[in-house]
Amino acid sequence: MSRHVVLIEDEPNITEAIRFLLLRDGWTVEAHADGASAVEFIEAAKPDIVILDLMLPGKSGLDVVRELRERDGAQDLPVLMLTARGQIKDREMAEKAGVTRFMTKPFANAEVLTAVRDLCAQAEQR
Amino acid sequence: MARHMLTGSRIRERRLVLGLRQADLARQVGISASYLNLIEHNRRRIGGKLLVAIAQALGVEPSMLTEGAEETLLSALREAGSEGSAPVAELDRTEEFASRFPGWAEVLATSHRRIGVLERTVEVLSDRLTHDPQLAASLHEMLSTAAAIRSTADILASDDPLEPEWLDRFHQNLNQDAQRLADSSRTLVSFLDEENTIADKQGMPQDEVDRFLADHSYHFPALEAESETPASLVAHAPQLQSQVAKDIAQRVLEGYGHNMRRLPLRLLMSGIAECGTEPGALAQKFNVPLEHVMLRLGMMAEEDLGTEVGCVVCDASGAALLRRPIGNFSIPQYGAACPLWPLYQALSRPHIPLRRVIEQQGRGGQKFVCYAYAWHAGPAGFGTDPLVQAVMLIFPSVDEKEEPVSVGASCRVCTREGCDARREPTILRDGF
Repeated sequence: MSRHVVLIEDEPNITEAIRFLLLRDGWTVEAHADGASAVEFIEAAKPDIVILDLMLPGKSGLDVVRELRERDGAQDLPVLMLTARGQIKDREMAEKAGVTRFMTKPFANAEVLTAVRDLCAQAEQR
Repeated sequence: MARHMLTGSRIRERRLVLGLRQADLARQVGISASYLNLIEHNRRRIGGKLLVAIAQALGVEPSMLTEGAEETLLSALREAGSEGSAPVAELDRTEEFASRFPGWAEVLATSHRRIGVLERTVEVLSDRLTHDPQLAASLHEMLSTAAAIRSTADILASDDPLEPEWLDRFHQNLNQDAQRLADSSRTLVSFLDEENTIADKQGMPQDEVDRFLADHSYHFPALEAESETPASLVAHAPQLQSQVAKDIAQRVLEGYGHNMRRLPLRLLMSGIAECGTEPGALAQKFNVPLEHVMLRLGMMAEEDLGTEVGCVVCDASGAALLRRPIGNFSIPQYGAACPLWPLYQALSRPHIPLRRVIEQQGRGGQKFVCYAYAWHAGPAGFGTDPLVQAVMLIFPSVDEKEEPVSVGASCRVCTREGCDARREPTILRDGF
């Protein structure tokens, strides 16, 4: 059974590129563009990993991950945050909120793929 | 030119050298000959725009009139010598240095002034990058588009063959994103280009209001003469583009009108002629609340006041509601200012007037006399917390003997060491 990624991103062309990249690597991908309903979407999808944008309509990625960490069963869910804001303080805030790994835009596809594979493998070993 | 001559005397001397009549110079700079006569005999203080206009008409730098050429050079050298981490040992031999090596002295003074200009540029840019929401949104848009382009291009450039429908899709996306990137780049460039049109200068609504007030020199004779109303002034102001800016400006002008009715200009000027610009004395003389006098003084023409004046009004959160700049005193456009300003000290002690002589770090050692006061704004009521506002008037210090309190502009551009009030490190250290 293929592993499952939820991608929360409001840029349709980024979503399309990442979706293609992961599908070709054997993952199933569900995408969602709204921050306000993101937590419920993730809970219902039960993914192996979440790729999350920081600046989302309705609710920021940081708030999404904070809420997620309070839900049963989502405390250890790997979250890869993609963001155009790459300052040290943004990274620290993301880590504090519960983000597993932080990656700044524009990213290389190979980096995203490697990060998704690594984070999932680490989660399986736990 | 004599070293200890006063500004008015220097103006007179320079005018006579040029063979200009008092009436001609007065006409050129838009004041009456009798007022110029008072200035030339040092019976009226002069500064700000009027000083700049007179200096321009006389073909000299304003500092040549206020300090004289030699004093301007010595003052720049003293600043350069005392602003480092440790003052130079030969500071007391500045005059000897300037007279023995005039060429090198001029080079050093010019470099020091240039550093000051560059630091202020860095301050404005840093302030803007950190706090300007439009700039942040614009950069975010560009980076997101660049991310989409990079990711799509990675896929198209890979050796793995793509199915025709995916290939079409990605070509289409790439085309869309390239267009978006071009558009957002153009938007960003026009936003950063502040030189040409008002549309290019649009930032936050408060910026529009600041430009509107600055273009009127913070004074509205048409309101004083009741030939215009706040609504008519706002309606015809090209600087006010957004509805939010118009609403803010309308509130400022309504406050101006309210204070003006309590203290008409003619009455206030007679009081200034009698008591000077000390707000407490004026409030007592006219039996009006201190804040009315201070807000009124903060929106007066320099010509009427006889001196430059700066003014900052803030609410209880410290957010600036009005900023009237003065001389070298830096008032951050975005973000929080230095908590050591008397303005914020007054906020913690409402209804207690404060007078402080201050010196802003890194601003050439210029001293200012500040009057600050906080009061309960808005209607009082049982069970309702009062709204507090504070105002600070900033006057250039003339012959002030009191030891100044050292303050900053904002932490990012302040290098005061061991400051208990520091919120964040400065960006002006370590090799800048």
